[in-house]
Amino acid sequence: MRAISNNRKALNTAIALTLGLFMSFPIIWILILSFKSELDAIGNPLQVLLSSWTLDSFSTVQGRSDYLKHFSNSVIISLGSTFLALLVAIPSAWAMAFVPGKQTKNILMWMLSTKMLPPVGVLIPIYLLFRDYGLLDTRAGLVIILTLINLPIIIWMLYTYFKEIPVDILEAARMDGAGLKQEILYVLTPMAIPGISSTLILNIILAWNEAFWTINLTASNAAPLTAFIASYSSPEGLFYAKLSAASIMAIAPILIMGWFSQKQLVRGLTFGAVK
Amino acid sequence: MGSITLKNVTKSFDDVEVIPQVNIEIRDGEFVVFVGPSGCGKSTLLRIIAGLEDVTSGVVEINNQDATTLPPADRSLAMVFQSYALYPHMSVRKNIAFPLRMAKIDKAEQDKRIETVAKVLNLTDYLERRPAQLSGGQRQRVAIGRAIVREPSAFLFDEPLSNLDAALRVEMRLEISELHKKLGTTMIYVTHDQIEAMTMADKIVVLQAGVIEQVGSPMELYDKPCNKFVAGFIGSPKMNFLEGSEAEKYNAHTIGVRPEHISISAKEGDLLGTVGVVEHLGSDTYLHISCENSREQMIVRANANNGFKYGDTIHLTLDVKNIHRFNNHGVCIYETP
Repeated sequence: MRAISNNRKALNTAIALTLGLFMSFPIIWILILSFKSELDAIGNPLQVLLSSWTLDSFSTVQGRSDYLKHFSNSVIISLGSTFLALLVAIPSAWAMAFVPGKQTKNILMWMLSTKMLPPVGVLIPIYLLFRDYGLLDTRAGLVIILTLINLPIIIWMLYTYFKEIPVDILEAARMDGAGLKQEILYVLTPMAIPGISSTLILNIILAWNEAFWTINLTASNAAPLTAFIASYSSPEGLFYAKLSAASIMAIAPILIMGWFSQKQLVRGLTFGAVK
Repeated sequence: MGSITLKNVTKSFDDVEVIPQVNIEIRDGEFVVFVGPSGCGKSTLLRIIAGLEDVTSGVVEINNQDATTLPPADRSLAMVFQSYALYPHMSVRKNIAFPLRMAKIDKAEQDKRIETVAKVLNLTDYLERRPAQLSGGQRQRVAIGRAIVREPSAFLFDEPLSNLDAALRVEMRLEISELHKKLGTTMIYVTHDQIEAMTMADKIVVLQAGVIEQVGSPMELYDKPCNKFVAGFIGSPKMNFLEGSEAEKYNAHTIGVRPEHISISAKEGDLLGTVGVVEHLGSDTYLHISCENSREQMIVRANANNGFKYGDTIHLTLDVKNIHRFNNHGVCIYETP
């Protein structure tokens, strides 16, 4: 019996590994290409694997465009929009979870429905608004647009976390003399920390990877890493090695952050599923 | 100071009228218990006093001042919840300190008061623990500690003992009564358990479907219930009701007799019955008796060694001085027949 189950285990592991490898192959291939010369990168797979390794692409990319500038833009935009959104979303989610009105459910659905709208449908009005208010190619502009884009999801996530908190405890705080501000600050927020932090992490990732608005509303000054990658696919032809190097440089930070916060993220996303 | 008055208070949730109209006067220092079956509006009434629910119409006065629209935080009332509602992310010390922190009382005074409260409630050794590390009784004590620490003008208790086991419930009941004697502060206590009401209250308010059925001291309600509902609700085991010819003898539609006001005999008596289940409590024995004059089984409280067993024939005699008479609307008739 034991032998069979061990064999089964080995088989399962093998299948899982193969599937994992299959799914992460594009990323692995990008990683490999980023260490090759431009000529080797377009060769056949065998040539790619056997050719010599080099850091040339990274240094060319860094020389041609200022990686650190784009990196700091990404950091500012994703953190800025996330914190701004949380500042708006925590009170909103509080209101919807604890003092729901007749229209609360409808408002929640309406907010979610805005996510179904194809962004390109509102690109022109938003572009014009940005132009008129001088927000084009500014970090402030991107913080505002990404806050608005992700707000519905943040409110929804926080709303579901807040729903799990017993109302009694908030009422106890009110009886103990807490005003609305103290109730949210000292009781609700600390109790919702797991939920809030996973919302925060997810939202940083979403904002970091957002490409449509960041590419369309920036030129150079405020361009984050997404725009930086895009700049390597040009009409003159694709430069695989440089494109790969740029991609690796763009995804590495968020991948590392995601790796470290994995536990928190999973806990947050399954919060309430298991009691 | 802790007098509370409700004047013509009504409450509806959307179209459902929960409290048609209620007037209550609670004097400073009284221990008042709201009792009634579940859904009778007793918790809603308490939450209205607390300010956690708005009134639909009417006036709530605390210390003779209109508090109808005052937020809970400004009413100087403390509440103990059924679920304890402790702050799970704070230690016991911080839980108890929370109301003081909200009132911006300085740190030294806070510590002094926490120590005193912890001593009174035997919590000194647990101050640094989190609520999750405490037993049910200890959690209840922390909830009470959090309520008494800021010396409110009244305490509100919302079924505080219903999550505890029977032994602990009796113990906490005593503790709360003792606390009331010690502090002398007004307490309003909501329960569905008439034993809690009888043992703790100075004044009991019996509610049914949002209407006050009777207000009075425990013994008043026990000796002189004003209708059938109160008579049946107060007292355990509950009062026996007889209708028909037996009631007509006393010139009433229904008569009620408490289990201890019936004497038993193997040979003679007013009523004839058959013994059903016999419950031995040690000091007393409860006999459940099927009787031809009563649709429900009658319960008789008898001496421990009465000798009757399942299936025996038994004669019952009612204690005439302790018969309660009700008219066909269930209202008590008090003049002598």
